[in-house]
Amino acid sequence: MDVLPGLVGFARVLAESGVPVSSHRTAMYLDAVGHLDLADPGALYWAGRLTLCGDPDDLPRYDEAFARWFTDDWPAQEQRSVSMPQRAQIAALSGVEAGSGDVLSDPEALPVAASETEILRHRDIAALSPAERAHLRELLNKLRPQPPRRASLRSEQARRGHLDPRRTLRGMLTTLGEPIHLAHRKRAKRARKVVLLVDVSGSMSPYADALLRFAHVVTRHNPATTEAFALGTRMTRLSRALRSRDPEHALADAGRAVPDWAGGTRLGETLRAFLDRWGHRGLARHAVVVIFSDGWERGDTALLEEQLARLHRLAYRVLWVNPHAGRKGYAPVQSGIAAALPHIDGLLAGHSLATLEQLLQEMRDAGRS
Amino acid sequence: MTPETAAELADQLESTGYLADPGVATAAFLAMRMPKPLFCEGEPGTGKTSLAQALSQALDVPLIRLQCHEGIDAGQALYEWDFPRQLLHLRALEAASGGELDVTVAEQSLYTERFLLARPLLRALTSAPCVLLIDEIDRADDEFEAFLLQVLDENAVSIPEFGEVRAQTPPLVVLTSNRTREVHDALKRRCLYHWLAHPEFAREVEILRRRLPGISERLAEQVAGAVRRLRELELLKPPGVAESLDWARALQALGRDELDAATAASTLGAVLKYREDADRAVAAGLDALLAG
Repeated sequence: MDVLPGLVGFARVLAESGVPVSSHRTAMYLDAVGHLDLADPGALYWAGRLTLCGDPDDLPRYDEAFARWFTDDWPAQEQRSVSMPQRAQIAALSGVEAGSGDVLSDPEALPVAASETEILRHRDIAALSPAERAHLRELLNKLRPQPPRRASLRSEQARRGHLDPRRTLRGMLTTLGEPIHLAHRKRAKRARKVVLLVDVSGSMSPYADALLRFAHVVTRHNPATTEAFALGTRMTRLSRALRSRDPEHALADAGRAVPDWAGGTRLGETLRAFLDRWGHRGLARHAVVVIFSDGWERGDTALLEEQLARLHRLAYRVLWVNPHAGRKGYAPVQSGIAAALPHIDGLLAGHSLATLEQLLQEMRDAGRS
Repeated sequence: MTPETAAELADQLESTGYLADPGVATAAFLAMRMPKPLFCEGEPGTGKTSLAQALSQALDVPLIRLQCHEGIDAGQALYEWDFPRQLLHLRALEAASGGELDVTVAEQSLYTERFLLARPLLRALTSAPCVLLIDEIDRADDEFEAFLLQVLDENAVSIPEFGEVRAQTPPLVVLTSNRTREVHDALKRRCLYHWLAHPEFAREVEILRRRLPGISERLAEQVAGAVRRLRELELLKPPGVAESLDWARALQALGRDELDAATAASTLGAVLKYREDADRAVAAGLDALLAG
């Protein structure tokens, strides 16, 4: 029997379960199978695991798909779910009130549109109408975040700094061996790592969409140095999903990745999971870490405090963004925030576009030491 | 001697003292046969680096190691021209010729192998067959990854003044990563991906006994069992095989044949490297750790 359709079918099933299987990987898989003795029951398993997976997150999915495909009866033609490209919703620049007449035909209306944008920048995201939200998405997409910087180990050519013997020596070749032009080097600047931790629990749900879009904009501009995680009852890594260019697509991917959208939150525990699995290993080390949360902690605040202290020891700066902090009369009394205050470098509001812009500024400045 | 099956390779590896489970053996075997670079990820102390060392011993080929670090560049990985020596050479030529230097000949004599400082990647290409270990690739910058990709894809580099250097047989490449950063998909896609987990109990006992010949079976089992239970506690840094080896060595140095709670308490520093972890282990009860 020809095994090829079976193997390709398995790769396809695996891709549907969320493992990013490319045709390149599938070809490698078939190649690997050809080199192994399939009488050995482990060989087929390892051939696929070594070629089709590329991340520890893929492994449980692979194990499950493998068990389903190769150990059960040969499955009937499975229903393939085809993901249709979603059309991005585009709001008119001034379309706050839908159906309020053709704005463009009236030149007088344009300044009003601009000022409405200005007002929108300062409005609380939770209180926006659906049309305003669509407009806000457009505005969020226009942000141009600059990463915080740090001194790199590498040096680069510069006008002043310490001497560059090699370049000086090379220059001597053209000046009969006399060091006439002195060359210099100095430490180069590189983008500092940024880690965004977004609380997606129930109490944050009015802001979650906007904050994830914000995370998408930051990730897309500096994909190599930005990492994003969702904190709910569990911790989920979103960086991969958010790297996709189309915001709707990225958000849909992120939505699939977060199993407990708008569930409860145990900040301390999820933060510990983040630090154990990612942060401690180097992801949070010397990074600018931004936590988006309202600080409603269901669990024990002692644990949250302990984990924040740990994070603060690892990270370069820890910023806490609380959407509720922008409201009038806000005092940081939520148990979580109160516990966090000693271990963070700044508490910011994040309830409107203007405050998110401020946050970007703050993140960039945090890198300047 | 090239192995014909994964099991054969596992036997060869075992003869060097590296106990490979079927996953590792299959991965290394495929890396040789396909041939593709092998990308190893896993917890620290699960034997990623020692796999490359064992492979080089088992296949009886040299091991060339490229340790990545932040800011590593092509010059440190591939080759550099020895400028000071070239300059000296030129001066010597000048002095010897008495002012009548043939420029073309002098220039040609500057760019010869004599003045080429071969760094690990170039050495691996010229001395293949060999095992090339690219250690901790996650520490290098992403520009370096792109550059590495190019070399690994073609198994050749071209040096402008010198010509192309091509490997006769592609080196067996092992890349390791501790996941401090996500390595680019383009690099991963070209590699076989292997995630190394901590070894199972029986295998760890076997590793201890193999690496520390004088160890009693009882002590090896106790250490492996205690380390396995330590890994189940929620520690900042769960101990790897390297730590269990250290622990067993420490106990041997103290002349113990058996692990009891008091000895465990006094030697805990060999396995747990954080105060918080030690506190947690003590809180969980050292007796419970040793039981069973």
